[in-house]
Amino acid sequence: MRDMRRSWLLALPVLVLLLWTVAFPNVAVIFGSFGEGLGHWREFIGNPSDREALTTSIFISVASVIASLLIGVPLAFLLSRFEFPGRRMLRVVATLPAALPPLVGVIAFLFLYSESGVFTRAVQRTLGMTEAPWRLTGVWAIVFVHAYTMYVYVFLFVSAGLERFDTTLDEAASGLGASSWQRLRLVTLPLLTPALAGSMLLVFMTSLGSFSAPYVFGGGIRVLSTQIVASKLNGEMGLAYVETTVLALSAVAGLLLFRWLERKRKYTSSGKGSATRRLIRSRKAQVVAAVLSTLTVVILVLPHLMVVLVSFAVDGKWTTQVLPPAYTLDNYRRLVTEAELWKPIMNSVSMALIATTANVIVCFVAAYLIVLRKFAGRRMLELLVALPWAIPATAIALGLAATFNRNDPMSGRILLVGTFWILPLAYFVRGIPLVSTAVESSLRQLDPSLEDAARGLGASWWLTMRRVILPAARPGLIAGALLAAVTAVGEFVASVVLYTHSNRPISIEILAQLRALAFGTSAAYSVLLIVLVLILTLSARSIEERMA
Amino acid sequence: MTSGSLALERITRRFGTHTAVDDISFEVLPGELLALIGASGSGKTTTLRIAAGYENPDSGRVLFGGNDITALPPQKREFGMVFQHYALFPHMTVEENVGFGLEARGVARSRRIERARSALASVGLENAGPRSIQSLSGGEQQRVALARALVIEPRALLMDEPLSNLDPTLRQSTRDELRSMLHRVGVPALFVTHDQEDAFAIADRIVLIRRGKMLQVGTPEDLHDRPASLGVASFIGRATILPAEDLGGRAAVTVGGVRREFATTRPASGQMRSPMAVLRPDALEISADNDGSWRGEVVNRRFTGGTAVYRVRAADNVVLEVSSDRMDLREGDVTGVLIKREPVPVVSGAED
Repeated sequence: MRDMRRSWLLALPVLVLLLWTVAFPNVAVIFGSFGEGLGHWREFIGNPSDREALTTSIFISVASVIASLLIGVPLAFLLSRFEFPGRRMLRVVATLPAALPPLVGVIAFLFLYSESGVFTRAVQRTLGMTEAPWRLTGVWAIVFVHAYTMYVYVFLFVSAGLERFDTTLDEAASGLGASSWQRLRLVTLPLLTPALAGSMLLVFMTSLGSFSAPYVFGGGIRVLSTQIVASKLNGEMGLAYVETTVLALSAVAGLLLFRWLERKRKYTSSGKGSATRRLIRSRKAQVVAAVLSTLTVVILVLPHLMVVLVSFAVDGKWTTQVLPPAYTLDNYRRLVTEAELWKPIMNSVSMALIATTANVIVCFVAAYLIVLRKFAGRRMLELLVALPWAIPATAIALGLAATFNRNDPMSGRILLVGTFWILPLAYFVRGIPLVSTAVESSLRQLDPSLEDAARGLGASWWLTMRRVILPAARPGLIAGALLAAVTAVGEFVASVVLYTHSNRPISIEILAQLRALAFGTSAAYSVLLIVLVLILTLSARSIEERMA
Repeated sequence: MTSGSLALERITRRFGTHTAVDDISFEVLPGELLALIGASGSGKTTTLRIAAGYENPDSGRVLFGGNDITALPPQKREFGMVFQHYALFPHMTVEENVGFGLEARGVARSRRIERARSALASVGLENAGPRSIQSLSGGEQQRVALARALVIEPRALLMDEPLSNLDPTLRQSTRDELRSMLHRVGVPALFVTHDQEDAFAIADRIVLIRRGKMLQVGTPEDLHDRPASLGVASFIGRATILPAEDLGGRAAVTVGGVRREFATTRPASGQMRSPMAVLRPDALEISADNDGSWRGEVVNRRFTGGTAVYRVRAADNVVLEVSSDRMDLREGDVTGVLIKREPVPVVSGAED
């Protein structure tokens, strides 16, 4: 009984907070979309560019899934099933694109492959062409950028699936006379279905909500996320709400579809996974593997190198040359010395810090209640912490804009739009599923009898929390906080909807500098962002090691 | 430390429509070792968890020294508990694990370590204090769990399958150690096991549970030699159970037309519905002579060290299990079977 009361005492503030910041904004958006009855909906349906945006969004998402599979699956097989010189390094490098904040990846591609990009110009020069051989705009440009950053999900999921794969199953199948194609089709792929479905879902959802790539490379084409921002900028809030609702519904539909696919094929492996690797023995094959993997490494690392290179370019000097002609340390010096340039850095760091701290506290309590306490509100709590994951960031931002745009405490609204606090709030909402999932999985590994044991030894609730539950949650807390902080510090999609000049984050400033053709400065910001992510990752790892 | 007995009084616990524990009552005296035995899912662990305070009964009371402690949470009961998988805190050292209960009681750190060390010494792990839990073997973990439960000087000791994670050889020696240690501690000790050999070796008394109901309480000898029902007779030990004629104080069993009469453990009074004789392997004997014994063919021979156990298929497809000093029979031999030891337990076959 006392346990029950304590659970509710903990749950109530968390539930109220999540209902207010996660659930309510969605209701506000849907409500807003019916602001003029069906008027805004009719407008949406009657508007050809909106219809185009919906189909393009879905088309790009499906194409991104297919492209990511085409890159990620073979690479995972190659690196898990075969042994060749350079395998380990390639394995690390293969995950690099995911370490780039989405906007930075987009900018790196701009520097490399756009009409005036280094690679494009190099090709143009070499072939003696008068015009650029291609233009990096439109649907395929977006899919190209998506594939580069998102194949990593497929690669990681399938690699993990292959690591766990019991190779004796493969041996059993070949013993039964199955050819290697039959084994792949009948044994390996069915067993990898959950990994494939999980990663496809991730790519689909990320593509659907993707904003940076369509925003920068879209050219004339429209997708829902950019359409929402455009409508909002035009002051057509009602239409923006309709578009947001449609985007969120598409995401939820995709989520349900892939989840259903994943559930349908869920196996528990009986044996322990033991990935035996086949050594590539033939000289010729070794050379091919070495060349291909070097090429892959170059392709994967090039965008990072490009950003670093451009960050030393003198602003305004790089016009038609292949490579920037003049280099300087000035870009970095100015970031630190000029107050206006330093401000976005401080903004991003402090807002990420605030959001992550809130995430750690709220999500720990939520995960504790979800995993270890049996109380009636558990299901609702589970749903609330997962919801921001299913809803694209643009839609989250619009929801917050719709909710916190005026002071009316009686209806649960306070004015945050236009203040500093709207961005930390948006980052907090986006971080909720990341931290909760990580802490939940840590707590699920806690043997429930440990809590019983502590209580049986006379430990108070607080001592049990401090000495047993918190230590068990710690790996998840650190990993989740890292993810949330990394996402927040480079956040762009929600920021572009909600920022004001005084709290503009790094990502917004990168874009502003780019618009002003200050490539060097914007690249320097990008490098700084990468360094920040790196520092966060390393410090999380060292905290984890010191604590273990 | 207050000494008192631990008693469960008419405890019932339901999970939905399923009654996990159905009207169970027993008492464990100070210094006594009581085993709860039963098949998996019989409700024995739920009973133990109710005694420990982790589960609340739907009805019934838990008493300690005559005081009702049903509503007392586990952290206030001052019971030592050894969990099935020991529930040692993986992120603490051996010493910190053992000292945790003292930490909860606000004992100073230096004193904690001192007492943890002496508790570890009492289970034969003098130098294990600074080691990590992962570096311990299963047997060592079991002893750390015991030391952790004992260091708080518990008013009672509860153990959930304390031996089930040990390998067979370790199990033998641990049984003896556990029994003598628990008698020394002198508090009521209650443990759950599905293994009747563990129960026989350690317990002073046994409570046999099936489907949440108590079938019998008694000493191991009681349950083995004087089973109260068919359920007890078939769960405890090995036996050939055959329909018998109740002759009041005596009984008779007929196999293949050969009728043998014997004394029973049952008092002469009252008529029993469908009486069944419980013939333990060691109550039967192989008889080579054709002396009116039950005749049959040896279908299986199992050497158990010192004796051999034969399965003899007699007429009517009755298979008799016989333990004998005679080693010379082999599968396919025809032999006679006699009742060697009386009285023979007789139970009613008309239960449930």
